[in-house]
Parts: sequence; C-alpha cells; structure tokens
Amino acid sequence: MIRRNTMFRAAALLGLLLAFAAGCAKQSNEIPVGVYGSLTGTTATFGISSKQGIELFMDNVNAAGGVAGTKLRILVEDDQSKPEEAATAVQKLIDQDGVVAVLGEVASSRSMAAAPICQQAGVPMISPSSTNPKVTELGDYISRVCYIDPFQGMVIAKFARQTLNLSKAAVLRDNKNDYSVGLANYFSESFHAMGGTVVSDEAYSEGDQDFKAQLTVIKQKKPQFIVVPGYYTEVALIARQARELGIDVPLLGGDGWVSERLLEIAQDALNGSYFVSHYWEKDPNPAIQKFVADYRARYNSTPDALAALAYDAAGVLVNALETLNKEDPAAFKSLSGPRTEKQKAARAKIRDLVNATKDYPGVTGRITLDGKRNAVKSATFLGIKNREYEFVAVVEP
Amino acid sequence: MQELFQQLANGIAWGSIYALIALGYTMVYGILRLINFAHGDIYMVGAFAAYYLARLLHAGGPDPSPLLAVAVLLGSMVICAGLGVAIEFFAYRPVRKSGRLTALITAIGVSLLLENLGIRLFGADPKFFPQLVAPRTVTLAGGVLVTNHQITVVVISIVLMVALTLFVQRTRTGKAMRAVSFHRDAASLMGIPVNRIITITFAIGSALAAAAGVLVGLTNPKIEPLMGIMPGVKAFVAAVLGGIGSIPGAVIGGLVMGVSEYLVVGYISSTYRDAIAFIILILVLLIKPAGLLGHNVAEKV
Repeated sequence: MIRRNTMFRAAALLGLLLAFAAGCAKQSNEIPVGVYGSLTGTTATFGISSKQGIELFMDNVNAAGGVAGTKLRILVEDDQSKPEEAATAVQKLIDQDGVVAVLGEVASSRSMAAAPICQQAGVPMISPSSTNPKVTELGDYISRVCYIDPFQGMVIAKFARQTLNLSKAAVLRDNKNDYSVGLANYFSESFHAMGGTVVSDEAYSEGDQDFKAQLTVIKQKKPQFIVVPGYYTEVALIARQARELGIDVPLLGGDGWVSERLLEIAQDALNGSYFVSHYWEKDPNPAIQKFVADYRARYNSTPDALAALAYDAAGVLVNALETLNKEDPAAFKSLSGPRTEKQKAARAKIRDLVNATKDYPGVTGRITLDGKRNAVKSATFLGIKNREYEFVAVVEP
Repeated sequence: MQELFQQLANGIAWGSIYALIALGYTMVYGILRLINFAHGDIYMVGAFAAYYLARLLHAGGPDPSPLLAVAVLLGSMVICAGLGVAIEFFAYRPVRKSGRLTALITAIGVSLLLENLGIRLFGADPKFFPQLVAPRTVTLAGGVLVTNHQITVVVISIVLMVALTLFVQRTRTGKAMRAVSFHRDAASLMGIPVNRIITITFAIGSALAAAAGVLVGLTNPKIEPLMGIMPGVKAFVAAVLGGIGSIPGAVIGGLVMGVSEYLVVGYISSTYRDAIAFIILILVLLIKPAGLLGHNVAEKV
C-alpha cells in the first residue's frame, strides 16, 4: 500500500513537471534563438566573447522594439569546449527549447558535431567563426559569417614568404583539432606553391602542458619561423617554452590566437610574432568604434574578433528575419508559435534568406555569402610588440 | 648529440613531476591496497591552492621573493595534506571494510567530485599561474638549455624523495608504516595505531602531489581544474612500472616515463606521446606484472 502510494505521488509529480515544462515552451510570443558555445573549458574565452557579442546585438534589437514588434529570446547552452557536449547542447536547444535558429560555435570540431543535428531538424545554424571548410559542407542549413581556412592558410604563407621574405617554416599543429590540422595543411600547400619549404612538422594534443620535446626537434631543423595554428592556451605555453629553449624566431598563427588570455600567459614570449584575425578594434570606421564603445560600456572589456563575428552572425540572422516579415508575414508569425509544418517552411525560408545574404554591413566587414555558404571577406594581420597588438595589414581575398 | 641531451634533460625534469605524484599512489597502495584515483586531482588542488595563496601574499610580482615562494609551496602542501586526510576520513574509511572494489569506485567518485567542484569553484577556464621565481635560462655543458624552474623541480623532487625514504626507513612512524603495509591486522595486534598511520600516509602522499602541482605551475604556468587527469593516469602507470608499493620504484618509474615520452616525441612521432604510457603499462603487465622493483605476492585463497 505504501509503495503504491509513493508511486502515485511520483507519477503525479512527474505529470506536474511535464505540464510545467510544456507551459514554459508555449507561454511566450517571442522568437526563441539558440546559442551554444564554450563558456567553460580550455577555450572558455571563445564562448564568453561570442555570447556577449550576440547578447549585445539582440538586446539592442529588443530595446528598439524587436523585429516588427516581436522580441527575440536567446537561450544559451554551454558545451564545455567538448564536441560531444556541443551535440547535446544543440539537441536540447532544438528539442526542448524549440529554437528556430542556432548561433554557434567558434571551434570547427564543435560546429561539425552540432551541424548534422541542425540540418536534420531543419533549423538554420550560423557559425560566427568556424573556419574549417567542412563545416558548411554538412548541409544547406549551415552557414558562416567568416572566411575559411584555405584563405587563412594562404594569407599566413603569403605574409611569411612575401612580406617577411622567409623560406624555411616549421609547423606545430594540434592533432586532435580539425581547425588546427586543416589550417596547417592549407598553410603548407600554399607555402610550397610559393617556393618555401616546411622543414619540420610536429604535433601535440589539446590540453598538453609540455611541448619541449617537439620544440627541441624543431630547433635542430633551424626554421626561420614556426607556424602554430592552435588555440590560445597552448600557443601561449608553446611560445614560452620555445623561448626557454633558445628559439627566437617569430611564431605565426591564425584566429585561434584571439583571446585576452593569450598575452597574459605568454607574457613577453610572443613579442615579434604575428597572427591572422577578423577585425581590428582600433579601426577608425565609426560603425566599429560604436560597437567597441557599446561593448565596453556593457562588459567593461574590449571586444575581440570572436565577439565581433558573433555580433555579425546575430545581425545576419536578424536581417533575414526582417526580410521574412516583409515578404511573408504569416510565415514570420509562425516562428513564435509551436512547432508546426508551417513553422518548418518558415525556417526553410530563413535558411534561404540567410544564404542569400549580400553586402550586409557588419563590424567585421561587408558580408556576402557565396554558393558554399561561406563569407567572402578580407583578413586582418596583427603583430605583437611589447605585449600590445598592432595592425600590420589587411589582405583582400 | 646535443639534441639527445636536451631531450634527456627535459625528460628528467618532467619525469620528476610524475615521480612525485607516483609516490602518493604507491604509498597509499602499499598501506591500503587501494588505487587512490583522486590523487591526480589532489595535484590539481595543490596548484590552485598555490595560485590563491600567491595572490593572497602578493608573491607573483616582477621581482618575486624566494621566501614567499617557499611559503606558498609549503602552504599548498599543508592544505592538500589536510584535504587528503579529510578524503580518507569521509570517503575511504567508511567503506574500508566493504572490499577493495567498493573503495576503488569510491575513489573514482571522489576524483569526479574534486574535478567538478574545481570547475565550480575555480572556474573552468585556464588560469595563469603567478611567477613565484623569475624565469632564467641556464646553459649546461654541451649547449643544453634548461630553466632555473626545471632545476628547481629536480632539486625539490630529489630533496622530498630523500626525506621520504629517510622517514620511512629511519623513524618510528616510518617503521609503523612499513608494518601496516606488511600486515595490517598483525600490526594492529602489536599495538600500532593503524588509523593514525593511514592518516599520516594520506597526508604525506597528498602533500607530495601538491608539491608536484606547484612545480608544474612554476614551469608551465597554465592551470585548470582538469589538469590532474592525464598526469594522474601517467603517474599511476609510473607507479605500476616501478612496482606499486615500492618507493624507489615509483621514482624510477616516473623518470622512465618522463624520459621515454621525450624520446618518443623526439625520435619516433609526437602522435605517440600519450600512447607510450599505455604501451609501457601493457608491456609491464605482460613481462613483469609486479613491476621493476615489486615482488610477487602469493594470493591466499
């Protein structure tokens, strides 16, 4: 008797919870937009910067009355810097929160884990800053607002070969990371084509603490520079340990270096090194300066390139929503309602509108998506001097 | 040739860290026949304790004082000794009579608890460990470059290992530890306070792990709550390699692990760096299951 009573109570509680959850999902007439990112873990600053960039844009939109009077609601999930968690996070956003579009990730490995889920469910996903070409090849619902690694690798090779006039490179790549492996390969290809040689190609795994063994091997091959296409935590340690082993050549890298933590850990070890980024926060362009000032006022820190790209990704999505409202108000209305066939068709329309983005004026440059849903944009080369970033060049595609 | 010596020098410095962690595994195993899987996480807590102590004492300035550095090291060792004792008291003691599997699973639970508590309390993003000793590069004979941090690591490791050996071999408490490790019930019948000896063992093992954590923070100044997992596993392999339960074995095992990692990266491929630990483990288990310095124990049935 007692047991049956408990079971009844448990069932009642469960029913109550379900009713509550269902109530939550339906209650508002806002448009739910999902955001997933690495708020914790080895690349925590990536996720935090991106989330802040998106929040800033969306709150500005909502403060101005939303899209045609309908507000946007952001639902954020943390993937702990792990690809498997990214898949879970996106699954939850789609199944439980009923989001109509997803913004994320920075790391290509994690975007690639989440993309098939969005594609399957027919939910458009815009990656602000995953640069591996394979990300958008996973389906037509997947797009991005940044350039891709073949371009980034070419830019690094060209800069080393033509601007710095160097011909002997070493590569130290993160073997567990799609972004790093891809960028290393694209760099090597371009560098060979320009008449340079890669004298040493070594690898490590994300999370490693000690790189001196690889660096000792690299040192013996006497390269003129070392390409480290990894993420900031490892890059900073690699730089320190390279200097401790007496390697004084410059390090070159990609947008994985973008983080306020980079120089905090590396201290002086990265002076004289260069990396590719997506924008330059001191660019006098008034739109950029307004974004930097707004961001500073709200978060008390300078927005890095990943915050800027996330801000633009949100912008591209809102732009598509506005067009949808103009072209098909009924479809737009279905976005704040329950999951129906009608809403599915509306989401497919968002996809088409996002993919057709042309000349959107973002803070990271004008955004036009090509046939493969990649943005065609210029790259910004930054140098490091006395623990400060300085502008070096803009490279057009 | 210079490259080989450079790899060996770095391997020995890195291996000393493994050795310090392996000592804790081996001591606890020697006394309780328990693989304390939370040990790698105590190493992590050691690094974080030092991080917060250094900030509290303002020890990480541009011109750091060596006295403060020693204070931070000792402070972190004391905190972790306390943590080790607490873990033993609250987690392992209640299940001590319930068989070894129960204790093992409890240890895994404590390990996960410490990791996730670390993420909660310290934040999951990597932290910059303050420079307790200003870095300097020293050139040894043959053009081998080492940092003063690496020298500190090796020297402190040697000092702690010698002190531990003397303690176990020459003091009354050490003798009692050996007795408990030999036969716990018999030792108890001879009037040895077994519980107190176990407490002391956990305190010493955890303090050594804390020292390893601080030394790693010194050489590679990036610490995060999951930093203990891989070194913990590798130090465990080192302890098994040396013969689990044997103190000199743990030291030799740690150094072999450190050096072989460097040689694998230097002369075979950097991809196999983490694989080498487990290749060594498999080989040891196949060829000499008791480890280099361990002895076979006949299991009573």
